[in-house]
Amino acid sequence: MKALFSLCGLISVGFVLCISVYLVVSGIPAIQKIGLVDFLLGETWAPTNSTDPAYGILPFILTSIYGTAGAVLLGIPLGVLTSIFLAKVAPPKMAAVVRSAVQLLAGIPSVVYGLVGMIVLVPAIQALFNLTSGATLAAAIVVLTIMVLPSIINVSETALAAVPSEYEEASLALGATDMETFFRVSLPAAKNGIAAAIVLGVGRAIGEAMAIIMVSGNVANMPGLLDPVRFMTTAIASEMSYAAAGSLQREALFSIGLVLFLFILMINVFLNVFVKRRA
Amino acid sequence: MQSANLKSAWSGAPAKGMPLPVSVVDAANTPVPQGERISAKRKLWNAGAKILVWGAGLTTALLLLLIIGYIAYRGIPCITWDLLSTQTSYRAGTIGILPNILNTLYLIVVAMCIVLPLGVGAAVYLTEYATNRKLVALIELATETLAGIPSIVFGLVGMLMFVQFLGLKQGILAGGLTLVMVTIPTIMRTTQEALRSVPDAYREGAQALGAGKWRTIRTVVLPSSINGILSGCILAIGRVIEESAALLFTAGFGLVLNDFITSLTSSSATLTVALYVYASERGEIDVAFAIAFVLLCLAFCINFLAKFVGNRLKKD
Repeated sequence: MKALFSLCGLISVGFVLCISVYLVVSGIPAIQKIGLVDFLLGETWAPTNSTDPAYGILPFILTSIYGTAGAVLLGIPLGVLTSIFLAKVAPPKMAAVVRSAVQLLAGIPSVVYGLVGMIVLVPAIQALFNLTSGATLAAAIVVLTIMVLPSIINVSETALAAVPSEYEEASLALGATDMETFFRVSLPAAKNGIAAAIVLGVGRAIGEAMAIIMVSGNVANMPGLLDPVRFMTTAIASEMSYAAAGSLQREALFSIGLVLFLFILMINVFLNVFVKRRA
Repeated sequence: MQSANLKSAWSGAPAKGMPLPVSVVDAANTPVPQGERISAKRKLWNAGAKILVWGAGLTTALLLLLIIGYIAYRGIPCITWDLLSTQTSYRAGTIGILPNILNTLYLIVVAMCIVLPLGVGAAVYLTEYATNRKLVALIELATETLAGIPSIVFGLVGMLMFVQFLGLKQGILAGGLTLVMVTIPTIMRTTQEALRSVPDAYREGAQALGAGKWRTIRTVVLPSSINGILSGCILAIGRVIEESAALLFTAGFGLVLNDFITSLTSSSATLTVALYVYASERGEIDVAFAIAFVLLCLAFCINFLAKFVGNRLKKD
């Protein structure tokens, strides 16, 4: 019986190994053919150009980084302040309602966010900035912000609720106001949990595909806030279905998958080494 | 501010019998209202912070309300019995999402049937059998890594592993196997928590009565952690319902109505994938919003069930 259970126990190790091996094996050939520097730092992606195909994924990498950074920069203040609101300030009944709404939001499929963004946000941005199309990096950032909010709020609220009440009572007894206590005592005491929440949000934003494929315009431009862009994830999702089997384009898509996987691994390492070690 | 604090410190504990200046005695006798001890600058800061916190909370709440409300507003009028109970017909020019509802159900069945024994088994190994600490740390690290991998990467690897390498056709089976990788961390984590919360006295009692390790687990440990495992299942089902990127190249885009066996190996779009197809490739926005509303309702049910089981857990 023990052997059977050990086998089950090792299955997640097996999965991670399989994923790594498959990504490396299928991702390396294209990088070898294109050249690592041309692949990572090339500014043009034109795999279907018959005379002069180019396979540079710098636009995708930068778009993913900018999009994630934008979403997290917008999401942190809103998310952390909301978690203070939920954990400390709001009347219990109101907090319960908002909290369930946040949890519901976390359970809504990403395509639904994409749909709402496509129908509401994209036309709004188009009208606001007088563009030919509102499907831009800006729209993707707003959608991503809303999508990372639940993870940031849930984890930071748990961290804030876990701050020993003695800390807060001591601060209040010393004459600090309630807000001074929350911002200068509770928040620093919960900083590890909040850091973990932010890293989680980064991971969620950089890996998101289906919501932003519908609002980002899907053109392989170098990123600009009001330009249509293509992310690493959306490049894979949109081109895989029509890239011919065995073509360099298809192999290059696997290489993008490998790069994305490495990004996620770096985030995981960061989480484990810098955030959890200190806790 | 300095003097105000000093005064209040004095007034807190006036030493008896000590000759006090008249002004201090006065101060000790008159109650100091809370507000007077705080400088205008601090009051302003406090008010500003309060406005910020309330503003953020209300903004988030309003945002959620608007999104949910908008989906309901656009989705409910588009839901008809015909839409829910037929399949898309090009000849008649009608659209139906019954195949997609069924595909989502099939996918849940396939993924859960595979992931449940594996995930629970892994959790049992980690909490009941494992003695090698390094191995446990390795497994936990792997599970954590798995939980952080983006679903599009799962989709890629699932396609390579199950469709290309194992030669399964695109369909519910390949999609389900891919989702096993996606959901196993959830099942493992919740089951581990549930197993850990079973008191050791139960295990010792069973063993004292002569039960072996496996019998103890089967008859005592697992039954008493059934609620925790159930809540893990609900979360995993929620994950299966909301997944889309991992299914594009594994379960496929097919919109045709199939029975369970056929759908295992024929391209089958779930509700989420169908939403994507109708919205961005067919331009059928109304159908997409109807699907979005169905998905919203499903998310609501999953949430409610998870809370219900969670509350029962707390009562135990």
